[in-house]
Amino acid sequence: MGRRLLLEHDNVPGIETIEVYRKHGGYRSVEKALKTMSPENVLEEVQKSGLRGRGGAGFPTGMKWSFLAKPEGVPRYLLCNADESEPGTFKDRYLMEKIPHLLIEGMITSSYALGANLSFIYIRGEYMWVLDILEKAIAEAYANGFLGKNILGSGFDLDLRVAPGGGAYICGEETALIESLEGKRGNPRIKPPFPAVKGLWGCPTVVNNVESIAAVVPIVNDGGEEYAKIGLGKSTGTKLISACGNLARPGVYEIEMGITVEEFIYGDEWCRGIANGKKLKACVPGGSSVPILPHYLVTKTAAGEDRLMTYESLSDGGFATGSMLGSGGFIVFDEDQCIVRNTWNFARFYAHESCGQCSPCREGTGWMEKVLHRLEHGQGNMRDIDLLAEINKKIEGNTICPLGDAAAWPVAAAIRHFRDEFEWHVNERTESQTRNYGLAKEISFAR
Amino acid sequence: MVKVTIDDKTIEVELGTTILSAARQIGGEVVPPAMCFYSKLPGTGGKCRTCLVEVSQGSEKDPRPMPKLVASCSTPVMDGMVVKNKTSERVHEGRGGVVEFLLINHPLDCPICDQAGECHLQDLGYEHGGQGTRYEEERRTFDPIDIGNKIKLHMNRCILCYRCVAVANQLTDKRVHGVLNRGEHAEISTYIENAIENDFSGNMIDVCPVGALTDKTFRFKSRVWFLKPMEASCECTKCSGKAVVWMFGNEIFRVTARKDQYGEVEDQDGKAGWICNDCRFDKKDVSKWNIAGPRMINRHSVISQGHYQSPRQSIKKIN
Repeated sequence: MGRRLLLEHDNVPGIETIEVYRKHGGYRSVEKALKTMSPENVLEEVQKSGLRGRGGAGFPTGMKWSFLAKPEGVPRYLLCNADESEPGTFKDRYLMEKIPHLLIEGMITSSYALGANLSFIYIRGEYMWVLDILEKAIAEAYANGFLGKNILGSGFDLDLRVAPGGGAYICGEETALIESLEGKRGNPRIKPPFPAVKGLWGCPTVVNNVESIAAVVPIVNDGGEEYAKIGLGKSTGTKLISACGNLARPGVYEIEMGITVEEFIYGDEWCRGIANGKKLKACVPGGSSVPILPHYLVTKTAAGEDRLMTYESLSDGGFATGSMLGSGGFIVFDEDQCIVRNTWNFARFYAHESCGQCSPCREGTGWMEKVLHRLEHGQGNMRDIDLLAEINKKIEGNTICPLGDAAAWPVAAAIRHFRDEFEWHVNERTESQTRNYGLAKEISFAR
Repeated sequence: MVKVTIDDKTIEVELGTTILSAARQIGGEVVPPAMCFYSKLPGTGGKCRTCLVEVSQGSEKDPRPMPKLVASCSTPVMDGMVVKNKTSERVHEGRGGVVEFLLINHPLDCPICDQAGECHLQDLGYEHGGQGTRYEEERRTFDPIDIGNKIKLHMNRCILCYRCVAVANQLTDKRVHGVLNRGEHAEISTYIENAIENDFSGNMIDVCPVGALTDKTFRFKSRVWFLKPMEASCECTKCSGKAVVWMFGNEIFRVTARKDQYGEVEDQDGKAGWICNDCRFDKKDVSKWNIAGPRMINRHSVISQGHYQSPRQSIKKIN
């Protein structure tokens, strides 16, 4: 059993109440930070820990914090991005549902480090019951003097609010989140200026994922160096993985970075293999927007090395033979799943969630969805497959925010690795409607 | 002052200038097209992606190229920046892609569209568009709606540049005019089809780069290239009164603001020359205007092709 830093006490009865949470060492980091450390010390510890953003992009959190502009007389804000809407990702929900105080504790410590006196947790509209849990926990924290004026006699004030969104995927993009929080239509802003300079109401703002903020708690408690000892290379610490799909035991797992993918899928401690004794066909290791991997690239890299659950190893080989750790939404497909149908499903999601602000994403995602719909329903042509690849190229990198890339990558990767299956859908139109293609054939990487 | 090179032409501009306005200061071929950016309207730009350019050198200090194509209308220049517009193959490809995207759901009803002849999408399609379409699906359609009694909205033609939203935001802070829905289904609309009640709402028609917003007093009256644009002015208490009247014989068919070569209103008396709804919609009588003379129109425009060439010249061309 690996070390668990965030979900150590997730099954303790009553952990959602402040009494039980404090009995298990809760709010130690707030006391330590506010009484013995300066905000700069906290920032140093986070930088030493090598913590990388857990929302998907993997940008170092300490570096993000150090970019925050600190002009005199202007308030700063810390926003927690709990708009977790990536298909396949549900780790933040589990954390907030089970241990809401861990997030609140992280918010207090992080706000102290950044000098923010008003912080928000922006939660997606579909998580209304989680909102109730959080608000109850926040009320408890206020009652116990961890929030409000002069926290623990340190002179630091903090107000924490939970703001629900309307349930749009795009509001998980940090500038769209800020727009939405300001009460506007959730369209991403044009960057520069970046939120670290001009964010919420024009003030410097940091936006962090739920898990990143929660990870600040063990970092402050045990020290950044101690945290950095866990994991491999630049992937430090533990990561929450929400495993789903055709697994014998899907669920949210906290892993130490650096275990092998094979161990994670087949290990008794984790997912216990593919459900119903079937074979692994493909895997999307980081939420729907990362490239899909065929079975022969899931557990081994193209060079034949073991693939590990780290940022570097999962992206080994670039997009040709690799993928990304992303947000940790680990989706597994068995031999009975149809890749074309799945790709269409993802494309439909992005077409539905595109904000419609910039032309390549607005028009391109809808176009891809229609072409894939045709292919899946036995009305496609060979030229459609190349057309999809071309549309991809024209969306990727040409949009305001990363949603365009996120929509293009899964389709591009599916065609790259499963072209035979797409072609089979065109050649065997009636047969493809009645049965599945089966396992992917090993095709040359040149494609 | 910082130095920036665009397509091998170097210019010194003030710090904070965007690549697009630096290119406009150079002028000519190096200017990227812009469908959504409008210099007189704060908050516009960055959306249509037609002004994408390649930055092959970030700055003097940090000469690394930028990995992605950038929107020139919203990227500020750095000292020693080297930008490629016309000379870049990537830009050509990227822009072609954007034009293809803009056209897949566009009805291409130019033969019956009032904007034909002065449409930026036509110009863009002519320059960067493909020969045919690869889009086999049904185009998305909307019913035309009235925005007040003088403006018609044809959402089918809209490219969602948000310029009219910016105009509305300047006129009123009630946010009655904006975008509904998202993604492919996004549409310009007003709050339950209300009109903005403001004397300057007609300027939405002038900023619209396509034929989505049209003047109901002019719709289907004439093709623009049959009309003569004349510079005219009138006594007006609401606006500068300086406008362009579009005439056929002695009749005024429509009134627009005076626009520069990029389709943006010119400054009049130091302010942006927006015109009021009275001048635009109601003053269609020649006696109400002092007509100064013909308006200069770009010689490549179809509007000047109709008038300013004698029949003999056109015969020569054919031979």
